[in-house]
This record gives sequence, structure tokens and C-alpha cells, in this order.
Amino acid sequence: MLKRIRIIPTLYIIFLMLPIYWLLTMALKTNAEILGGFSLWPQNPTLANFKTILTDPSWYNGYINSTIYVALNTVISISVALPAAYAFSRYRFMGDKHLFFWLLSNRMAPPAVFVLPFFQLYSSIGLFDTHIAVALAHCLFNVPLAVWILEGFMSGVPKEIDETAQIDGYSFGAFFARIFTPLIASGIGVAAFFCFMFSWVELLIARTLTSVDAKPIAAVMTRTVSASGLDWGVLAAAGVLTIVPGAIVIWFVRNHIAKGFALGRV
Amino acid sequence: MLELRDISLTVDRTDYLSDISARFEPGNFNVLLGPTLAGKTSLLRIMAGLDAPTTGHVLFGGKDLTGVAVKKRSVAFVYQQFINYPTFSVFDNIASPLKVAKVSKADIKTRVGKIAELLAISPMLDRKPLELSGGQQQRVALARALVREADLVLLDEPLANLDYKLREELREELPRLFRETGSTVVYATTEPEEALLLGGHITLMHEGRVMQTGPTLEVYRNPVSLQSARTFSDPPLNIMLARRSGSDMHIAGLSQSYSDTLNLPDGNYDIGFRAHHLHVAKPSKGALSVKAVVTMTEITGSESFIHVEALGQRWTALTHGVHHHKAGAAIELFLDPRDFLLFPAAGTAPLTNQAKVA
Repeated sequence: MLKRIRIIPTLYIIFLMLPIYWLLTMALKTNAEILGGFSLWPQNPTLANFKTILTDPSWYNGYINSTIYVALNTVISISVALPAAYAFSRYRFMGDKHLFFWLLSNRMAPPAVFVLPFFQLYSSIGLFDTHIAVALAHCLFNVPLAVWILEGFMSGVPKEIDETAQIDGYSFGAFFARIFTPLIASGIGVAAFFCFMFSWVELLIARTLTSVDAKPIAAVMTRTVSASGLDWGVLAAAGVLTIVPGAIVIWFVRNHIAKGFALGRV
Repeated sequence: MLELRDISLTVDRTDYLSDISARFEPGNFNVLLGPTLAGKTSLLRIMAGLDAPTTGHVLFGGKDLTGVAVKKRSVAFVYQQFINYPTFSVFDNIASPLKVAKVSKADIKTRVGKIAELLAISPMLDRKPLELSGGQQQRVALARALVREADLVLLDEPLANLDYKLREELREELPRLFRETGSTVVYATTEPEEALLLGGHITLMHEGRVMQTGPTLEVYRNPVSLQSARTFSDPPLNIMLARRSGSDMHIAGLSQSYSDTLNLPDGNYDIGFRAHHLHVAKPSKGALSVKAVVTMTEITGSESFIHVEALGQRWTALTHGVHHHKAGAAIELFLDPRDFLLFPAAGTAPLTNQAKVA
């Protein structure tokens, strides 16, 4: 009985892993083998596809660009969201609840809505095709999310800790850096992860706001159709390399991720 | 010395504190007693400077501190919840106010060591607070309050979340620990029993007002108002109504009257007496006899609480040993008029009417 029950999750996991497995095998095959017919695993495994990506600037620059604006965005989002979340968590002010909800409703708008205004605005002030342009555009979505997640984690810290620090004589800055931040470290990690993930996978805005100098990897991948047709193997290798950073980041926050999905409210 | 002058606190049109003026002497164990929602915590927060009063002034040593930032004051605060910095070790928790005050490292080490020894937490100095038991966590919070040698130490029901044994232990230690520091100590509690055990000087609070202040035992023996007596009685104060003419007291619903030598004006009185003054056996010759119906008996072993209805009131009798009475049983109880606390009844209906109802 127990054995039969185990079959179902096993099948499910196989079903989930299949596309990833297929991507990985494609990345290790030659184009000839990919187009040649059906094979479950690479007959002549090759790292040539990966080599192409890591040596060709038009490929690896995509990763560098993506990494730069994602990192920029994460740093900006978290440093803006920290004080905002603290205010929402600790103080009462006029319209605080409405403002707080409005922040989240911002995130519900589809990115496509903002493509045109961002493109026009950044073009006219000379920010088009820069990393900071993409980073700032993504803040529109990531700051509200980070505020919500951090507020949830901060509200889990008793207000009495803040007061005890005041009583002990800590300045606000010293309290925030030395006592408070370590207490919500996992929240910062989770918020940073969500910012990273959104910014890393977001394609529409990133592609529209860049052309050459800040072109993200996802955009590079959509432009690989050449005169000789589609380069399947290289594209698959690029896909594998795109998954890797997400997998690494998720490993660090794996214990807190559920709380993050609940916006810190567990 | 801490002095409060005409303190009031109003938040969102709700009055939390009204017209509070009181003094708290250093070297004395000052107890702030009142039921929940009496405003004890609000008042302590104003004393600390965590909240500002709506009106009034907080003076320390004659200096007006109202509006001075908390971090510039010499104050320590211990909460009912165990509040420590979870990421700091126990040592760093206790040392934190000293570190901020830039005390030398060697000095910190000796002072923290001494306090930890005193509170029996020396073996845990390297651990994190959350790895300790509740009692030990609260000792860490107390140690942080002590190590600083602050002018003003505020304790907000620090033992309320501890189990019975630990409370007894710490309750004995606390007055001794703080007596030696020369600090002005204010200890808030909801429990009359705890207030009596701690002794010292008491301030009774009820619904945001100070009812009475004075040496704890004296206030317990001579409450100035019915509310004071109620606040300072556990089990709850038993009450009956009476009318005085000359030296005679006629108790509503009781045919027997008694007389005393007190020089009091005629009129209606509330008579209060504590649970241990309601006897199951006749205590003295002049005792009054009252017929009562038992509603419930609670037996703790060494004591029995008999809840009764008598003279139209609900009373509780506290007796030694095991006295079991079935609910609904009619019993005879005795009262000694010498135990009575008399308070002129304010705004009560004429006694004759109430006597009929009873």
C-alpha cells in the first residue's frame, strides 16, 4: 500500500523535472544530434555549447548586464524598503493603512502597462540602455513587495526591544544596525530573494529599455535566430546557466521562503 | 526622588490617566498596585519617558524631565514579557547599557560578573537568551536593569509570566537586590498578595487615578475609600450596607445591630470586610451571625474558599483547612464588627428600600 502511494509523488517529480532534464541534455548535445532524432541522453556529450557562451562577449555580456541591474535593483529596493517597512511596522500616521495597501496594489498592475511611459521617460532624460534604468524600473514592482515582506518580519519583533535599546542609551542608528537588522536578517534575505527573482526573470521592461550596452541575457536568448537557423545547443546551455543563479539564491533562503510567500505574516 | 505632578494621559479621546500626583523615594521599594487597565503600565512608561503625558510634569531630583529623550535619562525598565536582545549573548545583553555608556572593558567584565553572580546566571553568560528558561531570561533582563545602577528602575509586573516557584524565589530576592543600589524603584503588580510580600511603600491605582499612597501595611489596614479597600483585597472585598444612628449600626437585612465607640455622623455606610474575617465558627462574644447560602466551595488543601450569598450580596469566606459545603447548603457565618472597614456611602439609595429588597 505504502509503495503504491509513493509512486504518485515520484511520477509528479519526474513530470516536473522532465523539462529541466531535457534542457540539460540538449545543452550537452551537438546541434546535429538534437535535430537528428530522439535520444534520452547525449550520445556524444560535449561542453562546446557552454564554451561558446563563456567565450563569446555577445553571450556572456548578457549575464554580466543582467547581474549588474539585478544587483543594483536588489540593493536599491532593500535600502528603500527598510526604513519604509520600519515606519509602517512601528508608527501610526494618517492614512498608513491605505498607503500600505496601495503599495501592494501597485504590484498588481501588469508590467506592460509601464513599458511605454518608462521608455519615453528614460529616452528623454538619456537613461535609455543603461543598467540603472532597468534597475529603477524594476523598483516599481520590487519596493512594494520588499516593504510588505519586511514589515511582516519587523512586526514579529516586539516593540519592547526598540524601547529597551532606547533605555540602554543606543542611538537610533546604532540600534537599527546592531540590534534590529540581525533580528530581521532572514526577512532581508527573503525580500532580497524575491527582488532578485522578479528582476532576473522579467523580460518585457528589461528588453524594451535596453539595446546594446545593458542588454539582459533573456533578451540575448530571444535573438539567436541566425542565417544558419536556430542554434539549439547554445540556447539550451544559456538556459541552464540562467537557472543556476536562482537555484543558488534559493538555497540560502530555503528555510524562510514560506514565510516570504506569506509576506512575512506567519 | 521621582515626583509626578498632575499627570494625565488622553489618547484618541480616551482618558488613560487623570490628575496623578505622587512621589517615589529612593532606597524604598515602591509598589504600584492596581487591577489590569488601572493605568500602571501607562504611568510607568511616562515615568521612563517612553511616552509623554498629555498634561503634567515628571521631575527627578527636582529637575523637570518631561520631554527629555529616554536615552538621555538614567532609567532601567523590566517588562512582563522577557525582553532581551536575542542575537546577543547573555554577557553582551547585560553589558549593553555599559558599552553604550563607554565603560572600560575591564570594568564591564567585573560589573557584569558581579551581577551575574548575584542573580545566579554566571554559568549562562556565553549562551543566547532564548536558550534559557523563562526564569533565567527574566533574570538576564533584571541583571541588565541592575548593572547600570540607573537612578530610576521601573519593573512592570516582572514576575507575572513566571511559574509559581520562581516567582516566590525572585520576589524574595528583588527588594534585597534593589535596596543596595540606592535607585528609586517602582514595581507594578496586579496582586495584593505580592504587594504585601514586597512591603515598602504603596500607590494604589484604579481607572487611571491614584486612590491612596503610604506604607504598604498601613494602607492595607486603613484603606481610605471603598475602592482602595477593593483594590487591595484578594479574594475580593465582601460588602454590606448599613445605616448609622448615634452609635448604633443597623445592617441592611439583618435584625441584629451593633454599636461602637467611633465618632461618626449618622447616615448610610458601606461596610467592607476581607474574606478571612468571615468566619465559620463564632470568633468572639460580640460576633454577628449571618445566614448564608453556599454557591461554591474551592479547596486548595491548606485553605478553603467558601463562596456564599448573604444579605443579597456575594461574599467569599477564607478558612483554614478543608471545609466542604455542598452548593445550595444553608450555613451560619460570623462577623466581628472590629474587622469592619466603614466608608460613608456616596449617592446610595435610602437604606430602608434596600433593606426591603434584601
